[in-house]
Amino acid sequence: MEHFVQTLVDAVSVGSLYALTALGIGLIFGVMRLINFAHGELITFAAYALLALFGLPTPVMLFGAIVVAVALALITERAAFRPLRNADPTTLLISSFAVSFFLQKLLILVVGSRLKGLDFLPTLGRQIAIMGVRLQLLQITTILVSAVLLVALTWFLRSTRLGLQMRAAAEDFRMARVLGVRANRVIAVAFALSGILAAAVSCLIVVQTGVVQPRMGLQLVVIAFVGTVIGGLGSLTGAALGGFLVGAASILLQALLPPDLRVFREAFVFVAVALILLFRPQGLIPARGLKERI
Amino acid sequence: MAPADVTKAHDYGILPRLWPLVALLAIVALIALSASFAPIVLQRRATQGLINLVAVVGLYVFVGNSGVLSFGNVAFMAVGAYVSALLTMKPTAKAVFLPDLPGLIAHAEWPTLAGGLAGGSAAAVVAFLVGLPLMRLSGVSASIATFAVLVVAYIVLGNWTAVTGGQNSLMGLPAYVDLWTALGWALAAIVIAFVYQETRSALQLRASREDEAAAQAAGVNVVRHRLIAFVISALLSGIAGVLLAHFLGIVRVENFYLDLTFLIVAMLIIGGRGSLTGAVAGAVVIAVLTELLRQIEIGFQIGQTTIGAPPGVGDVILALIMLLIILFRPNGLAGGRELTWPFGRG
Repeated sequence: MEHFVQTLVDAVSVGSLYALTALGIGLIFGVMRLINFAHGELITFAAYALLALFGLPTPVMLFGAIVVAVALALITERAAFRPLRNADPTTLLISSFAVSFFLQKLLILVVGSRLKGLDFLPTLGRQIAIMGVRLQLLQITTILVSAVLLVALTWFLRSTRLGLQMRAAAEDFRMARVLGVRANRVIAVAFALSGILAAAVSCLIVVQTGVVQPRMGLQLVVIAFVGTVIGGLGSLTGAALGGFLVGAASILLQALLPPDLRVFREAFVFVAVALILLFRPQGLIPARGLKERI
Repeated sequence: MAPADVTKAHDYGILPRLWPLVALLAIVALIALSASFAPIVLQRRATQGLINLVAVVGLYVFVGNSGVLSFGNVAFMAVGAYVSALLTMKPTAKAVFLPDLPGLIAHAEWPTLAGGLAGGSAAAVVAFLVGLPLMRLSGVSASIATFAVLVVAYIVLGNWTAVTGGQNSLMGLPAYVDLWTALGWALAAIVIAFVYQETRSALQLRASREDEAAAQAAGVNVVRHRLIAFVISALLSGIAGVLLAHFLGIVRVENFYLDLTFLIVAMLIIGGRGSLTGAVAGAVVIAVLTELLRQIEIGFQIGQTTIGAPPGVGDVILALIMLLIILFRPNGLAGGRELTWPFGRG
């Protein structure tokens, strides 16, 4: 029983981590039909910001990580994505692929490709007992942080003027502009939000693994991408749900598979994804207005 | 993407229509010929360049004709490499590295050409099976799904220890690929890609690239033609993987992952993903550029001191060039066009 609850909590915590990552990607896809590979580098750079600020008070480190991720998100938007705003999605995808590798290779050039240990917030590694079940504090924190961010984001999108504009832009960008939505501002805010989400994911993953390395972001993002695709590209609920399912499924498989098949768990998840897509090519929650009406 | 000049060539005779093919074959053969007089180190670089060319042309067959970017072709290279390696390695070597191999493969010692063709075919079969669900996805989703294919291949090949050796390298495969073998396959790849893109199926696929809805309305079965292009593309990629494995004499799963994907995709984008000329141009230009950057990284001897760039700067520059190309010349150096017949009406 205890093991079952532990596995379940683990699955939920990893699932919410991927849901956050997928949300960051989904936000950007919503407003500009861009699949942002460089989202991974936002996560990586935020982690290296933590490394650079190590030793300072925790709030300063967290603030530093958020500032770096948001600044990088805004810079990449301005330099690489804004000039291509009217380009087709494949051109945008290539651009973000190039940005991602540029940042990754630049990081390797400056700090080297070896992974570095970073003992960030070691107290979160402790176990606590809740109703007789021992759980890791970090997992509870991950679930709580994700829940808070999810609620905050929902509130922002539903109840603020800017959030309304963002949803309008995601629905029909041209129409939103005609009605007075400022494209540059809405897109910049979306990128800033994705930066904040990336920073949160970065801090949680650093606490969990205790290391930073230049490829850490890309590994997360590839799995989150798959999450956004099965959730239904262009739908934020779909992105969160898809990311959550992919993350949770990989943990459950880890627990259920016989030991010699465990290393293949991501492969199993992706095969399951391919099967889902066979029956629902538009994803679990298809976005409206994604397919061009003629 | 700019419409290619495909229709124009049909107004002329047969030679002008074949001109892009003839010209590209001649250029690549000339480069290889001149490399054969160079020192052995440079010859090996040229061989590597020709193998990359096969890989880029393979990627182009799908990306160029369908307009859908694929990140998964390096996975097909890996499949080709491993299949050919397993079939051509000496049984004694296999007994050492892979003691748990099934008997049929453990005792196989195929001729290199048969092994290579088997590698390419295996990649094509995998692409067919994978493509059945994936080609139904819309453009960008399909691209992401091909990335998932790459990750799955990496995980499976890197952990299937009984058959692939897992994280350990497979060593001792016949290193038969020299400049001429690579040239032969490069020319063959260009011919296959050109013949394919002149077919009715490829023309329909390119119509869907320009306007998917219009093509569907005109009766084009987009999924089917994408799948055909995907399989041919994987066949060529598989051959490229075979060549790389037998050029290095060693197969490591790490060699068939993100870095190679980045290199091959960058070559195609920089050259121009819309035409075969672009694919070849990208492979050639980046090969030359990489060589120059390598020299800069090694450094120049000035008097007693060596001035060199730190290692890794080449990758950063390559990524930057790719970014600048996509921003300022999104159809690449070739601009989506093939070489045109320079001698007036034939």
